[in-house]
Amino acid sequence: MERSSALIGSIFLLISISCLINPISAAASGSGEGYSIAGRVKLDNFVTKGFGLGHSPKLSETKVILNGGQRTTFVRPDGYFSFHDVPAGTHLIEVSSIGYLFSPVRVDISARNPGKIQAALTENRRALNELVLEPMKDEQYYEIREPFSMLSLVKSPMGLMIGFMVLVMFVFPKMMDGVDPEEMRQAQEQMREHGIPSISNLVAGRS
Amino acid sequence: MEARFLLGFLLLLSLSSFAFAIYEDQVGLADWHKRYIGKVKHAVFHTQKTGRRRVVVSTEENAIASLDLRTGDILWRHVLGKNDAVDQIGLSLGKYVLTLSSQGSVLRAWNLPDGQMVWETDLQISNPSNSFLHVLGNVKSGRDSLSLVCNGGSIRAVSSIDGLVVWKKDLSVDGLKLKHVFQPPESDTIYAIGFIDSSLIALYHINAKTGELLKHATQASSVDLSSEISAISSDSLVALDTSRSNLLLIKFMAGTITNHKLPLSDIVQDFSGLAELIPTKSNDIFVVKTPSNVAFIKVKGDNEIELIGKADEAGIVSDSLILSEEEQAFAVVHHSNNAISFQVRINGREALTEGIKIEDHRGHVKRVFLNNYVRTDKSHGFRALIVMEDESLLLMQQGEVVWSREDGLASISDAVVAELPVEKEGGVSVVEVEHTLLEWLKGHMLKLKGTLMLSTPDDMAAIQAMHLKSTERNKMTRDHNGFRKLIIVLTQSGKVYALHTGDGRIVWAHLLTPLLQSESCPSPSVLTLRNWRVPHRKALQENPSILLVGRCGAGPESHGFLFIVDSYSGKVLETQILDHSIAEVVPLPLADSSEQKLHLVIDDKLNAHLYPRGSDALEVFVREMANMYYYKVENAKEVIKGYAFKKGCSTGSSAYCFGTRELWSVVFPSDSERIVATARRKINEVVHTQAKIMTNQDVMYKYISKNILFVATVSPKAAGGIGSAAPDEAWLVAYLIDTVTGRILHRVTHQGAQGPVHAVVSENWVVYHYFNLRAHRYEMTVIEIYDQSRADNKDVMKLVLGKHNLTAPITSYSRPEIATKSQSYFFTHSVKAIAVTTTARGITSKQILIGTIGDQVLALDKWYLDPRQTANPSQEEKEEGIIPLTDTLPIIPQSYVTHTRQVGDLRGIMSFPANLESTTHVFSYGIDLFYTRIAPSRTYDSLTDEFSYVLLLITVVVLIVAILVTWAMSQKKDLQEKWR
Repeated sequence: MERSSALIGSIFLLISISCLINPISAAASGSGEGYSIAGRVKLDNFVTKGFGLGHSPKLSETKVILNGGQRTTFVRPDGYFSFHDVPAGTHLIEVSSIGYLFSPVRVDISARNPGKIQAALTENRRALNELVLEPMKDEQYYEIREPFSMLSLVKSPMGLMIGFMVLVMFVFPKMMDGVDPEEMRQAQEQMREHGIPSISNLVAGRS
Repeated sequence: MEARFLLGFLLLLSLSSFAFAIYEDQVGLADWHKRYIGKVKHAVFHTQKTGRRRVVVSTEENAIASLDLRTGDILWRHVLGKNDAVDQIGLSLGKYVLTLSSQGSVLRAWNLPDGQMVWETDLQISNPSNSFLHVLGNVKSGRDSLSLVCNGGSIRAVSSIDGLVVWKKDLSVDGLKLKHVFQPPESDTIYAIGFIDSSLIALYHINAKTGELLKHATQASSVDLSSEISAISSDSLVALDTSRSNLLLIKFMAGTITNHKLPLSDIVQDFSGLAELIPTKSNDIFVVKTPSNVAFIKVKGDNEIELIGKADEAGIVSDSLILSEEEQAFAVVHHSNNAISFQVRINGREALTEGIKIEDHRGHVKRVFLNNYVRTDKSHGFRALIVMEDESLLLMQQGEVVWSREDGLASISDAVVAELPVEKEGGVSVVEVEHTLLEWLKGHMLKLKGTLMLSTPDDMAAIQAMHLKSTERNKMTRDHNGFRKLIIVLTQSGKVYALHTGDGRIVWAHLLTPLLQSESCPSPSVLTLRNWRVPHRKALQENPSILLVGRCGAGPESHGFLFIVDSYSGKVLETQILDHSIAEVVPLPLADSSEQKLHLVIDDKLNAHLYPRGSDALEVFVREMANMYYYKVENAKEVIKGYAFKKGCSTGSSAYCFGTRELWSVVFPSDSERIVATARRKINEVVHTQAKIMTNQDVMYKYISKNILFVATVSPKAAGGIGSAAPDEAWLVAYLIDTVTGRILHRVTHQGAQGPVHAVVSENWVVYHYFNLRAHRYEMTVIEIYDQSRADNKDVMKLVLGKHNLTAPITSYSRPEIATKSQSYFFTHSVKAIAVTTTARGITSKQILIGTIGDQVLALDKWYLDPRQTANPSQEEKEEGIIPLTDTLPIIPQSYVTHTRQVGDLRGIMSFPANLESTTHVFSYGIDLFYTRIAPSRTYDSLTDEFSYVLLLITVVVLIVAILVTWAMSQKKDLQEKWR
C-alpha cells in the first residue's frame, strides 16, 4: 500500500513539473540518495524466425543489466523492469535477450534536478521519451540453407564439369560441321604426319 | 599482379561469406554445451500430488534453478548478478518461488513451472544485514498470502501476488535482531521474537493485516545469546549461548517471557567442545550437534527436557522435515571410505539406515536436504539431496544414487589441454571395414538426400542422430587432425576433471586435496595447473602429465604442495609438500632430458625454486639462467618490477633455490593512475610471418617479442564502475612495456575513458576494450607495433649482397626502434572475457573471441580492427581486402560461435590449436561449459563434413558413361563415314 501511494505521489509530482522535462520514470526512494529507473522491454513487434527446434525466445530469459554488470534484473511478464536506489549520474543499461540485438541505453539522472531522468540509445543517439526498449533487430544465428535449385547444382564444381562435357559433346561437333571438309582433311593429314600425342606414348616417354 | 588480384578476390569472397557460420542442422556436430548450477546451498522440494516432481535450489554461484527430481535435469535456471547472493528461498501459494537476495534487500517471485519472474520488490533496507524470509501460511487478505521479510529490527509484509509491500514496521530499537516470526493457526496476530544486544529477549505482537504493534515485552537473558535459535513449538524456542555449551529455553506465553538455562553437559553425557543447533520446525524436539555426536532432545512440560535419541559419530544433519502433527524427520549422514551411511530419524528414533557406495572422488558430504514421499502402502519413503565436497549433487533414494550432477564444473578456475593416447596398432577385421563402409555409404546417401532437399523429416532426424553418435569423434585416441583432445580443468573445490573434446564427457575426475589433509597441511587448496610433460620427441613412451600447485593454508606465506598427475588416467604420480610458500608459478620454455617442463616457483620472499628436481634440469636452467627474467605486478602499490635470477637464495642452501635481483621498476603515480589490467602474449603462440607487405609494395616488419606486457591504468576516480565518474576526471593510459629491460615502448592516453579494461596481446598487436565516457559507449582500440630498425631491408640488392640484418637476433637489450599504428572503434556490448584464436602454425588469420554481456562468444575477424583502414580505401587497398573505416565494429549474428546457446556467467575463453592449421578449438566456461571448433578462414585444408562424396561419385560415373557414349557415337559415325 505504502509503496503504491508513494508511487502515485511521485507521479503526481512529476506530472506537475512535466512541462519542463521529459519524465521517464523516476522516483526518489526511501533511502534518500538513490533514484529508481523503471522501464519496459518490448518484444511483441518482432516475429521470430530461424530459431532452433524447441527454442523460442522467452521473456523469462531476458535480463536487464546496469553499468556492465553492477546489477542485473529480470523482466516481468508484462515486460517491465526497474532498478532501485541508483545514484545520480550517467548510467548504461543493456538488455540481454537471445535472438535480439538491443542497443545499450544511456540514462542520465540529474543530481541538481532530482528525479529528472533522460535516456538515449547509444547506438544511434536517438533520445527516448519513455524508457521502452525495443530490439534494433532480431539476430539469426544460423546460416540459412539455400533451397535446392538446379542452378546451384550447375554452379557446383561437378555441375560445371558435366556442363563443360555436354558443351564439348554437342557444340564442338556443330563447330566441326562449319569447317570446310577440305581443310579438315588437310588438318587431319597434318596431324597424322606429326603423330597424335597419345597418352600411352606420353607415359612411355616419361618413364 | 594476377596472383595478388586473385588473393584480393579470395579475401573479398571470404569477406562476403562469414568466416564462421553454421547451419542449424550442424548444431552438435563439433560443439557441445553443458549446463550446471553450482554448489547448492538451499533446496526446497515441491512435491505436489499431481504434476511433475521438482526441487528448487539456489547455489553459491548465485543461480536459482528448478530440477527434475527424477532425472536431475534443469527445468529452468536463472543466474543472478554478481553481488546478488541468494539468502533464502521459499515457496508461496504453491506456484511461486520466492528468493530473498542481496542481503535481504531484494525479494523476487518466480513462476514455478517455467521460471518466469513474476514480480520483484526492492525492500529498501537501509542497512542490509542477515535477514530472513517467512512465508505466512494462512493470512488470507482476500486470496493473498503474505511473506514477511525480517531484517534487524524491521519487518516488511509483502503480498505474494504482486509483490507490493502491504505494510512495514520498523521497531526502531537499537541492536534489535529479530530471530523468529510465527503465527499461530487461525490467528491474526504475528509473534516476532528477537534479541537485543545478545542480553535481552524481546517479544512483539503484531497485527498480521495492518502491521500495527499490539504489544511488546522484553526480558533479560541469563546467558549471553548467540545467534543460533531453534523454534520448537508455538510458544517456545531454544537458543544457544555464546560459549556454545549452554542452552536457553525461552517461553513466551500470553505476552510474558520466561527463560531457563540448561547446561548441555547435563543433557548429553560426554559433551565437550562447541555445540551447534539445527533449525527445526516444531513438535517440541530440537537437535544439537556436537563435535562427537548428534543429540535429539524433547522438551516436556515446564523446563524439563529429555534426550530421546543420539547418533554417535557426528555427521551432517539435514533440516527438519515435518511428516505429520507429531512427527518430524531428520537425516543424518556419515561418511566413511567411499561409502556413506544415510540415516533417517523420526522424532529421534532411528527409522531407516542405508549404506550407499559412492565414488571416492567426491570427498565428504557437505549438506543434505531431506524429502519424503508416500508409498502405495501409505508409509513414508525418503529421498535426500546430498551436496558433496566436490560440489556435486546426488539424489539418493532406496539405498541408491538415482542421479548425480557434476556441478563442481560450474566453478572452473583454470584449464589446460592434453593429448589423448596414440591409437594402438592392431588389425581391423574385414567384416568391420565392410560394415563401416556400408554405414558410410548409407550415411552419405542420406546426406545427399538432405542437400537435394528430398529428405523426409525422418531422414533428417536420422542424419542428426548419425552425426551425434558418430563414434569417430568420441574415441579415446589421438586423431590425425588433432580434434580429439582432453581439456583438463581445475575447479574451485580443488577437483580436477578431464573432459573429452568430442562430447564433453568426463574421462576421469579426482578430488586431490583429501589426499594431503594432514597435520602439516591443514587446509589444502589447489591454485593452478600447468602442463608438466608434453612428450613429442624423446620421451614418447612416457604418458603426458600435468602439474598442480597449491598451498596448505589460507595465507600467502603457508607452505605449498605439488602434484603430478598422469593426464591419461588421472593417477597421481608424485605428491610433494614443499618447504616454501607459493606466490607464482612461472613455466619456462625449457625441458629436461625426459621432456619434463621446467617451472620456477616464486615464493613470497622472492626466491625462485626450480622444478623438476634433477641434475639435468638444473644444468639446463643454469646454462640459460642469464637469459631468464621475471616480472611482478604489484597491484596494490602500482609498481611493476623486473628481476633477474642469481645463484644462492636467502632461505636455504638448496641447489634448486635461486635468489632474485631487482633490475628495474616502473612506478605509476598513485595519485593519478591505478593498474586495472595487464595482458601478455601466450608463451606458446606461433607466428608464421614476420613481415607484412603493405599496399604500396612496402615491407613492414612486425615487432614480435615475447616480452611485451600490456598495462592499462585508470585515474583513481574512474576506478569504480560506470556511472561513478564524470568524463573530465577519468582517463585511461595504455602502456607497452618490455619485461626484460622495463623500457616503456609505447604509451597512449585516452581522455574520458575508464575501465573495466579487457585486453588481448597476440603477434605484434594489442586489442583492448574499455568504456568511453564522452560518447558513453564501449570502445575497442588496436595497437600494432612495427620494428623500424629493420625497415630498410627492403632493398633487393642489399639482400643479395647479404648486407641485411634479418639474421641478426632480435634482442630486448638493444634499444628497439618501433613504430606503432592504432585505431579505435565503438563496440556495442559490455565484455566479460576476451581471447584470440591460436592455430598450429599461425598462418590462418586471427579472430578475436569476445565474451559479451549476454553470455555469448563472438568471433570478430582481426581485419575489422586494422589501423590501415581509411574512410575511402584506394583500389589497391580494396584489392588487398582492406575494408572502409567505420566507427563501429559490426556484430554479425552468424559469427557468434555459441549460436543460440548461452554460457551462463561467462568467465573465461580459451583457444588452443588443432593439428589442422585452419582449425582451432574454443572452450568457454562460466557456470556452463561450451566447446566448439572454429575455422577463422574456413577450412581450406580439408574437406568439410558438408562435402558430398556421393555427388562426386555420381559425377565421376556420369563422366565415364558420357565418355563411353561419345566413344561409341564417334565409332558409329566413323563407320558411317567410311561406308559413305
